[in-house]
Amino acid sequence: MTEILQQLLNGLSLGAIYALIALGYTMVYGVLRFINFAHSDVFMVGAFAGYYLGHWLPTGTLGGGLLALCGAMLACAALGVLIERLAYRPLRGRSTLTVLITAIGVSLLLQNLGQRVFGANPRSFPQLFPRRDFQIDGVVVSSAQLAVFAVTLVLLFALRYVVMRTRIGTAMRALSFNPVAASLVGINNDFVISCTFALGSALAGAGGILYALNYPSIDPLMGTLPGLKAFVAAVLGGIGNIPGAAAGGLLLGLVETVVVALGGSTYRDAVAFGVLILILLLRPGGLLGRLQAEKV
Amino acid sequence: MPARAQWWLLAALLVAAGFNALTAQFNAYFLDVALTCGINVTLAVSLNLINGYTGQFSLGHAGFMAVGAYTAAMLTTAAGGVLLPLLGGQPQLLFLAALLAGGCAAALAGLLVGAPSLRLKGDYLAIVTLGFGEIIRVILQNIDAVGGSRGLIGIPDYANLFATFALAAIAVYTVWALVNSTYGRGFIAVADDEIAAEAMGIHSTRYKIIAFVVGAFFAGVAGGVYAHFKQYIAPQGFGFDRSIEIVVMVILGGMGNMPGVILAAVLLTVLTETLRQFGDYRMIVYSLLIIGLMIARPQGLFSWRPRRGGAR
Repeated sequence: MTEILQQLLNGLSLGAIYALIALGYTMVYGVLRFINFAHSDVFMVGAFAGYYLGHWLPTGTLGGGLLALCGAMLACAALGVLIERLAYRPLRGRSTLTVLITAIGVSLLLQNLGQRVFGANPRSFPQLFPRRDFQIDGVVVSSAQLAVFAVTLVLLFALRYVVMRTRIGTAMRALSFNPVAASLVGINNDFVISCTFALGSALAGAGGILYALNYPSIDPLMGTLPGLKAFVAAVLGGIGNIPGAAAGGLLLGLVETVVVALGGSTYRDAVAFGVLILILLLRPGGLLGRLQAEKV
Repeated sequence: MPARAQWWLLAALLVAAGFNALTAQFNAYFLDVALTCGINVTLAVSLNLINGYTGQFSLGHAGFMAVGAYTAAMLTTAAGGVLLPLLGGQPQLLFLAALLAGGCAAALAGLLVGAPSLRLKGDYLAIVTLGFGEIIRVILQNIDAVGGSRGLIGIPDYANLFATFALAAIAVYTVWALVNSTYGRGFIAVADDEIAAEAMGIHSTRYKIIAFVVGAFFAGVAGGVYAHFKQYIAPQGFGFDRSIEIVVMVILGGMGNMPGVILAAVLLTVLTETLRQFGDYRMIVYSLLIIGLMIARPQGLFSWRPRRGGAR
């Protein structure tokens, strides 16, 4: 029983990180209708920002950890806006495939620049938060896992508040509903898209730090797999749907952990793609999504 | 038209045979680059059928290549001792059989990927094919009989200039003839506007699956040649990066532009060799090239006429 609870907990903490990354995919998809392949590398940059901030901030304290987290989120938000500005904005209105290929190009660029700037060798990530393990009935919860749950919850509610209650959030929803109509009622589409990228990328940055806290070895190619899995999570929940992305992330984390616990650890990377293919075959709109009929 | 194309094919095969006879005259490095060119042309042309002419977006071409490479390599190594006497002790005959088997295995994989593609479009399809490619890699890593992640060693050195160039010529001819036949216009119709094509009575799903199967077949054969050229294959060599490399060739040449794609495949292979001295900067240049190209010339470097086909 403890074993099962422990695996559930591990699965949820992995899933929470997927959920954070998945939110970025889903938000960008919501406004621009394309998959931002470079998102997974923004996640990587977030981890590295935490690594460098961790070197001159007091590590092992709550305040220092939170400062590093905020710093990384800011850095990623800036990077996201920059990418959108330089690579995606000139392509506004072009076909999805053109933008998709550009996104792959940006992703490759970030990875290779990362290898150049950060070095290709894995680095060990500093312990930003106080390190302690809590025991509840034999189930071990590490402080890093607690940080994952706390940060994810706070960010989820903050995001929900921004999207549902603020003017900019309303503008985002309007834009995802109908871009032309949105600009007709005075919404500055470019600005809203920039904000969406900033928000999504900040979440990816937070995800990067949390991931690195739990799996403390970072390298410039670390983003690819978690990024792809988070994308699967976004599709699982119904892409463009914010609660769906969160639910999909948690579910995927659980499924993956269960497969590993059952002895399939060498297949863990195939699980996500298996889930993706199944969901696309059985329910292409995702668990919480609704499929729209195509009009000619 | 087809008759002339057949003459071209014959001429290409003769040239390949001629070069092959001169193999001893070339230095080893040149030979290596030439073989890589031939393999890359085959891969790019076969992907061009899927991504260019039919307008689907596959990111898993390296996966098909892996299936073909492993199937062919297993036939000449593990099963080679049994099969070789059966084929009269002719290594080239065994090689041919292995390549065909590799191609068929990859085509089967293409059918498996093509089947879900009937429901998916654009970016979703890209992700699913990417997923299939990764699943193939993970599975290969987990099969001990083919060496797992250590890779498969001791593959006989059967590949020569004739095999690679003839394969490239046949791939070019097949795709060209297929697309330019009455039947093949359907591929371009599906790429241009799937709904309109459906309305005109084109079975778009069938066309997509055919594109996947034919494309995967040639990728598989190319993989087989690759295995017998490098004499060593490992699952890591058939990852996402490899797929991207092939996609870039198709984009650079212009989707659905056959001469452009061939030119781009050769150009990129040679460019890779010349950029080797710059090490890490190679991939940075590579990625900047993709981004710049998409912003400035999304129709590809070598497309001057308005595109026929190609994904929008």
